[in-house]
Amino acid sequence: MNTSPPTSVKMRGIVKRFPGVVANDQVDLEVRAGEIHALLGENGAGKSTLMNVLCGLYRQDAGEIFLAGDKDGHLRQVDINSPRDAIELGIGMVHQHFMLVPTQTVAENIILGLTQPRFALNMRQVEKEIRELSGQYRLQVDPTACIWQLSVGEQQRVEILKLLYRGADVLILDEPTAVLTPQEAEELGQTLRRMAGEGKAIIFISHKLDEVTTFADRVTVLRDGKNVATLPTADTSKAELARLMVGREVLFRVDKDEVEPDQAVLTLRDVEALSDKGLPCLRRVSLEVRSGEILGIAGVAGNGQRELAEVITGLRPATGGQVLVRDRNLTNKAPRRFISAAVSHIPGDRLGMGLAGNLPVSDNLMMKGYRRPPLSSGPFLVRNAIAEFASRLIQAFQITTPSPNTAVRTLSGGNLQKTILAREITAGEELSQDQAPLLVAVHPTRGLDVGATESVQRTLLEQRAQGTAILLISEDLDELLSISDRIAVIYEGELMAVVDAADADVEHLGLMMAGEKHMTNNDVTIEPGFGD
Amino acid sequence: MTVALFVSILTIAIRAGTSLVYATIGEIYTERSGILNLGVEGMMIMGAVTAFAAAFHTGSAWAGVAAAMVVAGLLALIHAFLTTTLRADQTVSGLALTIFGTGLASFLGQRLGPGGMPLVGQVGPRFERVPIPGLSELPVVGPSIFNQDALTYLMFIFVPLASYYLYKTRPGLHLRATGESPQTADAVGVSVLGLRYLYTMVGGMLVGLGGAHLSLAYTPGWTENLTGGRGWIAIALVIFATWDPGRAIVGALLFGGVNAVQFRLQAAGTTIPPAFLNMLPYIFTIVVLVLISLWEGFGKRVGAPAALGLPYMREERG
Amino acid sequence: MPFSLKLEKRLEPSKTISYLVPVASFVLALLFGAVLLALAGANPLQTYRAMLEGAFGTPEQWQQGEFYSLTETLVKATPLMLTGLGVSIAFRMLFWNIGAEGQLVMGGFAAGAVALWAPTLFPFIPPWAYLPLMVVAGMLGGALWGLIPAMLKAYLRVNEIITTLMLNYIAILWVQHLYYGPWKDPQGYGFPGTAQFPEYAWLPRFTGRLHWGLILALVAAALIWLVLDRTRWGYEIRLIGENQAAARYAGISIARNIILVMLLSGGLAGLAGMTEVAGISHRLQQGLAVGYGFTAIIVAWLAKLNPWGVILVSILLAALLVGGDQIQIVMGLPASMALVLQGAILFFMLGGDIFTRYRVRFFRRSAASPQPAQTGAGK
Repeated sequence: MNTSPPTSVKMRGIVKRFPGVVANDQVDLEVRAGEIHALLGENGAGKSTLMNVLCGLYRQDAGEIFLAGDKDGHLRQVDINSPRDAIELGIGMVHQHFMLVPTQTVAENIILGLTQPRFALNMRQVEKEIRELSGQYRLQVDPTACIWQLSVGEQQRVEILKLLYRGADVLILDEPTAVLTPQEAEELGQTLRRMAGEGKAIIFISHKLDEVTTFADRVTVLRDGKNVATLPTADTSKAELARLMVGREVLFRVDKDEVEPDQAVLTLRDVEALSDKGLPCLRRVSLEVRSGEILGIAGVAGNGQRELAEVITGLRPATGGQVLVRDRNLTNKAPRRFISAAVSHIPGDRLGMGLAGNLPVSDNLMMKGYRRPPLSSGPFLVRNAIAEFASRLIQAFQITTPSPNTAVRTLSGGNLQKTILAREITAGEELSQDQAPLLVAVHPTRGLDVGATESVQRTLLEQRAQGTAILLISEDLDELLSISDRIAVIYEGELMAVVDAADADVEHLGLMMAGEKHMTNNDVTIEPGFGD
Repeated sequence: MTVALFVSILTIAIRAGTSLVYATIGEIYTERSGILNLGVEGMMIMGAVTAFAAAFHTGSAWAGVAAAMVVAGLLALIHAFLTTTLRADQTVSGLALTIFGTGLASFLGQRLGPGGMPLVGQVGPRFERVPIPGLSELPVVGPSIFNQDALTYLMFIFVPLASYYLYKTRPGLHLRATGESPQTADAVGVSVLGLRYLYTMVGGMLVGLGGAHLSLAYTPGWTENLTGGRGWIAIALVIFATWDPGRAIVGALLFGGVNAVQFRLQAAGTTIPPAFLNMLPYIFTIVVLVLISLWEGFGKRVGAPAALGLPYMREERG
Repeated sequence: MPFSLKLEKRLEPSKTISYLVPVASFVLALLFGAVLLALAGANPLQTYRAMLEGAFGTPEQWQQGEFYSLTETLVKATPLMLTGLGVSIAFRMLFWNIGAEGQLVMGGFAAGAVALWAPTLFPFIPPWAYLPLMVVAGMLGGALWGLIPAMLKAYLRVNEIITTLMLNYIAILWVQHLYYGPWKDPQGYGFPGTAQFPEYAWLPRFTGRLHWGLILALVAAALIWLVLDRTRWGYEIRLIGENQAAARYAGISIARNIILVMLLSGGLAGLAGMTEVAGISHRLQQGLAVGYGFTAIIVAWLAKLNPWGVILVSILLAALLVGGDQIQIVMGLPASMALVLQGAILFFMLGGDIFTRYRVRFFRRSAASPQPAQTGAGK
C-alpha cells in the first residue's frame, strides 16, 4: 500500500477578477510535500494569477487557502494578505522577471525584507550563512557580488536561495527555464529534485510541454481561468496535455512552401557593437539573409539578439564591420535611412518601442508612412487618407478593435502584434517597390496564445513566399525549427554556426546556445517530437 | 592673499553651505525612496519664514527650527499624498508645491510680523556663532570649522550619521531598495508606499531645517525671496553628490565657496558689476551639471535610483 | 476598518468624467481658498465677488462702456497666453521648460535693444519697420535663450529642469544690470529703468492698456493648433511625448526636435516679453519678470497642453491675478493671496486628475474573504 504524501498546500474555489476579465474561476489546487507539481496553461490561462494569490501579491476575491497543519495531516486555513504573510507561512515565489535589486549585492538582496536584525547589519555573518546554504543545495553564487554582474542562471540561484534562507517549504517558480540554456535547465531540474527530496513542495508554472513532462510528478492544467485537469505526468502524454491546454487538437508542424531564395537583401560583415553598459555585445557577426528566406537566430535571451536587431535597423551604432542592405552600405546611418530602404522592424518590446500606447490605432498605423503621400501632402497630414489607410489595414490584417480611433493599448496582445505587422509589412511593400523588402522580427510570437501565434507565423510565411527576406529572432526553438529555412545560433554576441533548419538537431542547437562550438557530424534529422 | 583669505573663504563657505547640506541630504533621502520632489525651493522658503516668525514671537530660535521642520514636513506630506496615493505626476506636483510655497511664504512674510505687520526688517532670535573652547584656536580649522553656530555643528554630526543610516542599517537597506526596485521591495514585504511617505516627509523636514538656518543664522532675518533659488541648487547638488550624503557636503561647500568669493570680491570693492557676481552660483550650477553629464559620457555611471520619478502600483495587470 | 478603498484603472476614460473632474476640483479649490480667507479674517464671498468684479468689471460699468477691468485682465492674460503656448508645446515633448520667465525677459531685452539703440545705430530703418523688427528680435532673444538648455539636453543629456531654471535667474540679473547700470535713463530721476522707447516702437492699443499683443497671442494659438493637429511635425512632437522609444524607432530625430521645439517655445516666451515692453511699459524696467513664466506652467498643465485651453485658462488665471490686485486695494489682503489660490487650484486639479484615470471601488471586509460590496462609485 502506498500512502500518498501529505498535502502541503491546498487552494479551494479561488476566484480572482480584474477589470474586464475573470483570471481565476473557482480554481482548486492541491500540492503534496516532496512533489514537483507543474501548473500548465497558455498565456492568460490564469497560472501566474493563481500563484500570485498564493504568494500574497494578490488577494483572492473568493476561495480559501489551506496549509499543512499538525502531524495528523489536518490542514489549517490561512489568510495571505501580503508577500510578508506568505513568507512567514513558508511560501515563496521565484518570479519570471526576477525580483532583485540590480545595484545591491547578493547578500543584501537575500536579507531584504527580513525583520531581523532590526537595525545594524552584520553582512559578514549573512555572507557566511549564505555560503553554507549554497553548499547544502549546490547553488553556487558569490554573496558579495552585485546582481548586475551575475548571469541569468546565477540570478535565478539567488532567487532560490532567498526563499531557502527564509525557510520556505513551498517554492513556486514561474517559467523558470525561459531564460536558461538546455544545460542550465537540467541543472535546475536536479536542484528541484534535491529540494523535493527534502520534503519541500515545488510548484512550477510553465507553458512548455517538454518541461512539464520531464520535471514534474503531477500536473494541473488551467484553461481560461479554470482547472480542467490534474494528472500524474506519468499517466499522460504531451498530446493529451496540449489538447487539455488549448481545448482542441493542435498541429505542431506548420506547412511551408518550397521557395527558392534569391539575392541577398541583408549582408552583415564582421559587425561589432557595444551594449548599453559599454561592453562588447556583438563580436564579428557575419550573416546573409536572402530574398524569400527566413533566417532564424536562436539563443537564450541576453546574448546580443536585441542589439543585433537594433544595429540592423539603425537604432544602435556599430563599432565595427558593415551593414549592407541590397549592397548599399547603411552602417551607422540614421534609422530613417533604414526605413526608406524598406527595412521593417517588428520589435520585441511591443508597447515599449513598437507602439505608442495612448495614441489611436490609426496614429500607430501611420508611423512609418506618414512622411509620404497620400498620408501627407507637404508638411500637412491628410486626414481622409489616413482614415482610409487605417481602415484598409485593419480589414486586411483582421485587427480586432472597436474603432480606428481607440487607444492602441486597449488591444489584446495578438491584435497589438497584428497592428505592428500590418504597419511594417505595408511599409515594406510600399517602400521596396519592385525589390525585396527586409523584415526584422524579434520574438514576434512571445506572449501570444496559440491562435495568434499561428496567425503571425502564417503571415511571416506568406511574406516569405512573396520574396521578403526575413530575419527571425526568437527564443522559441520549436518555432525556429518550424518556420525558418536556416538557423544561426548566437552566444555572447558571436554567431556560432548557420545550419539548414531541415538538418538541425535540437541537441546541437542547445549546445551551441550554451557556448559549445564543437559541432558533431550527425546524419540523423530531428523528428518534430510530439504526438504519441 | 594666502592663508587668511583661504580661512575666511572656508568659514563663509561652511556657513553658506550649511542650509544646502540639510536641503540636499533631505532631497537625497526623498529621491532614494523613488520620489522626485521639486518643491524644495517652496519648502525651504516656507521653512525660513516660519522659523523666523516662530522664533520672533516665542523668543526662542529652537522653537523656530521646530516650527520650520513641522511646516516643511506638512508641505512635503501634500506632495507625498498627491504622488504616492493619488499617483499624480511628480514633476508637476513638485512645481506646484514650489509655486504654492513661495507664494504662501511671501504672504506670511507680510502678515506674521508684530501686530500683523511685515516681517521684513525685524530683528529676532538667532543662532550666534559659538567658538568651541580649545578647538577654535587651532590654525586654519579653528576659526573656520570650530567657530560656527549650533545648526552648523549639528550638521557636522548629522552627515556621517545620515551616511551610516543609509548604508549600514536595515532601514537604510530597505530605503535604497525601494528607490531602486520597488517591485522587489514590495514582494519581500517592504512597505513601498509607507517608506515613500516617510522619507518624503523626512526630506521635507530637513529642507525646512535648511531654510531655518538661512533666516536664523546665515542672513539672518527675513526678506522677500530669501532663498534666491537655493532650493533648486540643492536639487542639482543631489545629482552632483550622486545621491550620496557624504558627497553632498562637497557640493554644498563648493557652492558656499562661490557665495564666499562673491562676498570677498564685493567687500574688496571689485569693479565687476554686482549682477555678474550674483550670477555666479547659477552659472556654477549649470557648469556642474554639464560636467556630470560629460563624466557620464565617459562611461562612468552616475546612478540615480532606478525607480526615481515613477509611480509605483501593485496589482498592475501587465 | 470595516471597508477598504481600492483604486482600479479604468479601461477607457469617459468623456463626462474628464470634464466633470476638473470642474469639481476647481470648485473644491475655491472652497479651500475660502477657508484660507476666513482664517485670514476676510469674508470669502465678499472676497470672491470683489475678485470677480475686479477682474471683469460690474454690469453697471459695462453699460457705461467702461471696460477697464476686462481690458486689464486681458492685458495680463496676453503674456500668459504666449508663455503658456510656449511651455505647452515643450511639455508635449516632455521637455520641462521651466525657463519661460528667463526667455520672456531675454525677448524683452532683445526687443528693447532694437527700440533703444537701432534709431541711432541704423538711422536708415523706417519707423514702420520697428515693430516687426522688434517682434523678430523678441522671438529671437527668447529662442536663443531656450536654445542653450535645448542643446545641453539634446547633446549632453543635461537635465533641463535645472538648466532652464538657472537661466531664469541669469536672465533677470542681466536685464537688471542693464537698466540699473549702462542703459539707465539719464533723465529717469533715479528710477531704475531705461529711457522710453520712441513712439513708433510702441504696440498700438485698442482701449485702456489692451494692445495688439492679444492679437499676436490668438494668432499664435491658431498656428500652434494647426501645427499640432494637422502637420507632420505636430505628429512627431506628439509621438515623442507619448513614447520616445517609438519615435526613435519611427526614424524621428529626438535631438533635432528638442532644438526645434525649444526654439519655438523660447520664441513664444520671447514674444511675450516683447509685447510686454512694447505694449505696456514702453521701456525696460522693474516689473518685467513678475512670474508669468511660472504661472505659464500652471496654465499649460490646467489646459492639458491644448492651445485653445491655454487661451481660456490664461484668461481665468489672469482674472485671478487682477482680482488679487483688486482685493489688495479693496480689502487689504496681500496680492500673494492670488498666488496661494493658484497653487491650491493646481493641487486640487492634480489630485482630482487621478479620478479620470482610476475609479474607486469599495470593499466590505468580512471574516472569510472580501467580496466587492458595491461596484465602484465611479467618480
